[in-house]
Amino acid sequence: MPAPAAAGVRLLDVRDLAVSFRTPDGIVEAVRGLSFGLDPGRTLGLVGESGSGKSVATAALVGLAPGAQVTGLALYLGRDLLTLPAEELRAVRGRGVAMIFQSPMTSLHPLYPVGWQIVEMIRAHEPVPTRQARARAIELLGHVGIPRAERRVDDYPHQYSGGMLQRAMIAMAIALRPRILVADEPTTALDVSVQAQILRLLAGLQRELGMAMILITHDLGVAAETADEMLVMYAGRALEQATTPDLFARPSHPYTRALLRSRPRLDAAVARLTPVPGQPPSLIALPAGCPFRPRCAEAVERCAKTPPLVAIGGDEGHDAACWLVGEGTA
Amino acid sequence: MIGLVLRRAGGGALVVWLVASAVFVCYFAVPHDVARLIAGKQASERTVAAVRARLELDRPVAVQYLHFMGRLARGDLGVSFVTQDSVRAVIVRDLPVTASLALGAAALWLSAGLLAGVVAATRPRSRLDRAITTVALFFYSMPPFLLGQLLLFFCFYRLYLAGVELFPPGSYVPLTESPLQWARFLALPWLTIALANGATYARLTRSAMLDAFGEDYIRTARSKGISERRVVLRHALRSSLAPIVTQFGIDLGTLLGGAIVTEVVFGLPGLGREVVQAITRQDLPVIIGVTIFGSALVVTANVAVDLCYALLDPRLRRR
Ligand SMILES: Nc1ncnc2c1ncn2[C@@H]1O[C@H](COP(=O)(O)OP(=O)(O)O)[C@@H](O)[C@H]1O
Ligand SMILES: [Mg+2]
Repeated sequence: MPAPAAAGVRLLDVRDLAVSFRTPDGIVEAVRGLSFGLDPGRTLGLVGESGSGKSVATAALVGLAPGAQVTGLALYLGRDLLTLPAEELRAVRGRGVAMIFQSPMTSLHPLYPVGWQIVEMIRAHEPVPTRQARARAIELLGHVGIPRAERRVDDYPHQYSGGMLQRAMIAMAIALRPRILVADEPTTALDVSVQAQILRLLAGLQRELGMAMILITHDLGVAAETADEMLVMYAGRALEQATTPDLFARPSHPYTRALLRSRPRLDAAVARLTPVPGQPPSLIALPAGCPFRPRCAEAVERCAKTPPLVAIGGDEGHDAACWLVGEGTA
Repeated sequence: MIGLVLRRAGGGALVVWLVASAVFVCYFAVPHDVARLIAGKQASERTVAAVRARLELDRPVAVQYLHFMGRLARGDLGVSFVTQDSVRAVIVRDLPVTASLALGAAALWLSAGLLAGVVAATRPRSRLDRAITTVALFFYSMPPFLLGQLLLFFCFYRLYLAGVELFPPGSYVPLTESPLQWARFLALPWLTIALANGATYARLTRSAMLDAFGEDYIRTARSKGISERRVVLRHALRSSLAPIVTQFGIDLGTLLGGAIVTEVVFGLPGLGREVVQAITRQDLPVIIGVTIFGSALVVTANVAVDLCYALLDPRLRRR
């Protein structure tokens, strides 16, 4: 594990992050008031339905949300990424914070060999000769389980399968031993049989390299297996935040409970999904109050006022943004 | 890869053959007695008959066609009715002029168009982008003959009257004779073609680049921490090359067959002007010869484009 940073300085400390986009229809408030922290070797699970702002929130941290207006603080080893000069932020990308994405088929450049793309990554940060970087690329590909890596290194992405491409993406992402790996729905586009392999690979690499991970997923089951802590997002807001065991033991926000119910159950004879009824709200001119209110079976009058994210009674570090679970009510 | 080349080349040969056949029909479609045309109005019936016999116009059409194709296969394009020069010699004489014009203009429009397109695409909806788009649209919609006339008027006559002889009056000096004079004579014609075509390339590049910027792999490239310059040039521009190469092949192929308007406006003795002259003189062999030559160029350009495609995109390569 990398040596811990100076006492009191967290690896990543995000406070009150807000991301919005100016569009012809109005201002899209994709993320509002998001705060979380991350320590070396730990995994934060970012869960929520599609469109809840998970990707935008993490991309905005390293300036990868083009056209976005980003406010708040994102302290990476004490330095605010949101105000970092472009050249310093570039150095953090890939080396401090590396990313893998949902669709491996489209995430690598189709016109360059896989190895070339890993070499480019290495050489963007370290002044090593191409031949040396290439040897490392082969080693990395072998390490993530690409058979005959020394031959596949010159293959183009279309010559790889989806699972192999995601392995190659992972090889590229860990090439510089990043402190944080953002895995944005890394298994969503893959076959079920491959999903578990990729998750195991990620977990193994995380242990080996001691890196922290932000695992974005809309599948609570995936998060449950991998994440130490969870952050449940809805309409760009955090509705519940807790350690993984606490969240599953005492899901407090009605939205979290609805998500848990919507999980396919492997023990059921027929895996059935109970989708959360209704649609997420438009993020343009979102009315005040709990964003989940229109879909919430338990909504009361008070929900028209925005509930703060506060500690629920009982578990330490277990917060929820719901009037019904305020102190004493839970 | 080799199979692809052969298939494309075969298809190209077929197209040239079809064009040649269509052009052959012209011999019979023209409203005049070709032999009379060549011999002249005052010529006696006997002279006309002699001409007819020499050109084999009295033989059956099928025989004429076979002979025509046979000569074509040997590269014999016939002899001008008017000057009695071989059409091949005419093409060999005029092609350097047209090629100088086309290649110089191509270098200009390609560099200017790509640059403008890339700059516009990296700053979408900015003032610079709008300016580039507007200027591009202006030149895109301007007829080349008007553009040529305007350039002539402002850059030649007005400067000339003002005593500045930056561009010499219309003629042509071969590159081998004096590179400087060659460039001075061609500068305005180059500009005429480059402005009109460059606009197309700026628009094409801009839209292809904007498409590329929306791709997942560009986000990946940025997340790797490579420089933005590299993201633009090595990643986004690389993906945008295919449509640009397609357009370029077709444009260059067409242009090499004769830039009619520009050559006429600037009095350049190239293939385009030759064809115009031949049409007014009803000099059929020259019209036919240059037409077939031009179609062969376009077809060659298309084959070249297909090959470039395979070189540019590994997904199209077959092992
Ligand atoms: N460039 C953009 N312009 C406008 N809206 C955007 C843009 N990017 C994302 N959004 C909006 O932000 C919201 C969150 O998107 P995203 O983070 O991709 O969700 P998730 O990853 O949770 O599925 C969505 O409603 C999406 O429409
Ligand atoms: Mg997403």
